[in-house]
Amino acid sequence: MAKQIDLHDVAHSELEMRSRYTTRVKACSSTACLSAGAGPVRQALDQAAEREDVNSDVQVVPTGCMGMCSSGPLVRVEPRGAEPTMYAQVTPDIATRIIREHVVVRKLIDEHVLDEDQPFFSRQRKIVLGNAGRIDPERIEDYVAEGGYQALAGALNDLAPEEVIEIIDDSGLRGRGGAGYPTAKKWDMLRRAEGSPKYLIANGDEGDQGAYMDRTIMEDDPHRVIEGMIIAAYATGASHGYIYVRAEYPTAVERLERAIRVARRQGLLGRNILGSDFDLQLEVRIGAGAFVCGEETALMASIEGRRGTPSLRPPYPTEKGLWGQPTMINNVETLANVPAIVANGAEWFGEVGTAQSKGTKVFALAGSLVNTGLIEVPMGITLREIVFDIGGGIPNDGVFKAAQSGGPSGGCLPASLLDSPVDYESLRKLGSMMGSGGLVVMDDSMRMPDVARFYMEFCREESCGKCAPCRTGTVQMHALLDRICEGVGRRRDLQHLESLCRTVRQTSLCGLGQSAPNPVVSTLDHFRHEYLDLLVPDVSYNGTAPSVPPRPQAPDPAVTTKGGSR
Amino acid sequence: MSRGNGRPSIPVTIDGQEAMAYEGETILDVATRIGVRIPRLCYLEGLSVWGGCRLCLVEVEDDPRYRLSCATPVVAEMAVTTTNWELHNHRRRIVEMLFAEGNHICAVCVSNGDCELQDLAAETDVDHIHYDLQHPDASVDASHPKYVLDRERCVLCTRCVRVCNEIEGAHVWDVGGRGSDSMIVAELSKPWGESPSCTWCGKCVLVCPTGALAFKGRAVGEMRHDPAVIDFLKTARDEGKWYERQEAR
Repeated sequence: MAKQIDLHDVAHSELEMRSRYTTRVKACSSTACLSAGAGPVRQALDQAAEREDVNSDVQVVPTGCMGMCSSGPLVRVEPRGAEPTMYAQVTPDIATRIIREHVVVRKLIDEHVLDEDQPFFSRQRKIVLGNAGRIDPERIEDYVAEGGYQALAGALNDLAPEEVIEIIDDSGLRGRGGAGYPTAKKWDMLRRAEGSPKYLIANGDEGDQGAYMDRTIMEDDPHRVIEGMIIAAYATGASHGYIYVRAEYPTAVERLERAIRVARRQGLLGRNILGSDFDLQLEVRIGAGAFVCGEETALMASIEGRRGTPSLRPPYPTEKGLWGQPTMINNVETLANVPAIVANGAEWFGEVGTAQSKGTKVFALAGSLVNTGLIEVPMGITLREIVFDIGGGIPNDGVFKAAQSGGPSGGCLPASLLDSPVDYESLRKLGSMMGSGGLVVMDDSMRMPDVARFYMEFCREESCGKCAPCRTGTVQMHALLDRICEGVGRRRDLQHLESLCRTVRQTSLCGLGQSAPNPVVSTLDHFRHEYLDLLVPDVSYNGTAPSVPPRPQAPDPAVTTKGGSR
Repeated sequence: MSRGNGRPSIPVTIDGQEAMAYEGETILDVATRIGVRIPRLCYLEGLSVWGGCRLCLVEVEDDPRYRLSCATPVVAEMAVTTTNWELHNHRRRIVEMLFAEGNHICAVCVSNGDCELQDLAAETDVDHIHYDLQHPDASVDASHPKYVLDRERCVLCTRCVRVCNEIEGAHVWDVGGRGSDSMIVAELSKPWGESPSCTWCGKCVLVCPTGALAFKGRAVGEMRHDPAVIDFLKTARDEGKWYERQEAR
């Protein structure tokens, strides 16, 4: 039997170790900041600390995402007993100055300080991302010191599986993958399903454009996902778990695999978890880059080693899933919510959010905004607050035009809907969807038909080809959009486009095809005039003159062109 | 179709016709039995349900979504409408898009006159292709001594894939590529003639709804498919009964 981790001991010694340092310097090492040059920054911090001989007082911690990715690389200096300071757009030179001036002589480098009281930070409410930017994701001790695995220990010791499901049910947690299915209902279905073994899958196949919520969660706090999975498996009776991560997320794969290894060594995975009689095996499976593999049945086919194409439901995965066994698929973000809910109780979680949509949602803010990055906000916040308070508005005095949520399955919300709350029901009513949490803001330089064409091209490329309406319909819709965008579309092209939207939406096999028309339909709903303006005018449109070349003059003036008398 | 012992016990209504269904029968099973025709392309009795052509979607009373009749088991008091104006239009558009997707030129096709796609076009009132013809650069595989595969005429119903896997047990065929690049391939994309597992049984050719798979040497309009062979074999295997059947030409 693996050695059992003593959570209190680990947390205690970790906190003691931290207290030996007078200053902790946290360097964001998430993918966004790394691509902005965080690697050399961290090296510079380390070297400067050595040169200044403050090694024993200063700890440089590589952490996960601090949120404001547009200002990266970010560095946060946390002196013991004093206010922390965040630095933006840090270069190796500034990193050296941070150690030399801020850490050693306590003099702030004012021009690079990032105000942490601004709405970008203060309007957020962090549950899932609570540890992101605060801990070293590669060290389990850091996670345990922040209270990690306590929820699991509590659940294993004091709660029956049914009680865990009850807590989740009371909390009102809903699937964060986009559809918003009540999580407890799914768990209960797997618990009641007959058959053994039962499988649990964490869906980390995040494919929406501009979305990187799940990647950040997996990269920055892998143990939170694992803890959520262990609790879910305990509640549902699953004995095997898979984390399905797309191949484009190598860091997430590496960190999750390392975290699983460490957790297994510490007795948190495998047999007799934390001394209980509960067993769970966990494995990472890597996708091959197909967007459609985020769909449950295609995902399972992919794990089984088959072509990632969706299959018909029913039977639902909880009846007949992976290898014909009862299977439950939860989004990574959903599972990452679980430890906090079990630790703090359903009531605590229910205080955040709206009546129907509880808790928080992580969004990846992108597009024409002053601040872009990863944010976690309470459900029910208005779009205006996200765009103008947190996002800081449109840069260069631009005008807000639309916000696109839900990626290729979602829709565009125009300025008139800025005050609508962001929750599952409201967004669906407006013809968009929550989606996994990508939020792309567009200013008035964007033409909406182009936006629709972009998303349709994505769907065309990502259609698996199994069902006819999606395979052929996305090609045809893209061709029609292409024609309209290039200014050679006619009114009948628009009519064909609209009728195809209905057909593909109503007849496609899986969610990809059913929602592929959404960007077109929502832009047509809110920005129809932009499409009409692009059409080649013909007689039936708007009463304007026909653009077709005029007929050659009839030689005989007595013959009229009207009425077809000839 | 799974027909249990005893009498049919589930009352259903299909297009106003009242019928009794057996436990486990699908809407399509019952409709076929009572003589109501539902358009379909990928479905073939005796093979597993694929659900890819989406032509057999029907309206079920009190159900907000259309249901796939080949995959939806009947439940008591179910009231089904097999066609309405919207469904008819959906089917017509799907058939039109299938025509636009391949190079379906009936006048030069071996299966002219014996083609389910052609029949569907008539059934769904297709008299014009409203969409851009895609003119795919699909290949012909004539490497097999007995048969020929013309991918330009393939509608990706995967009947050949399923019959080869489920009835013959050889699994020569599968789908390669993705989306509009999908195509039927033999043996991880080898020429068919080099396939070591093909048994030359010809079932894939018999079940092909179009002229994509054909006997070599047949000229335009000479191909006759015989998809009923699958039900014949399935009945023989499952029930041990070899019933009399009319061979195709």
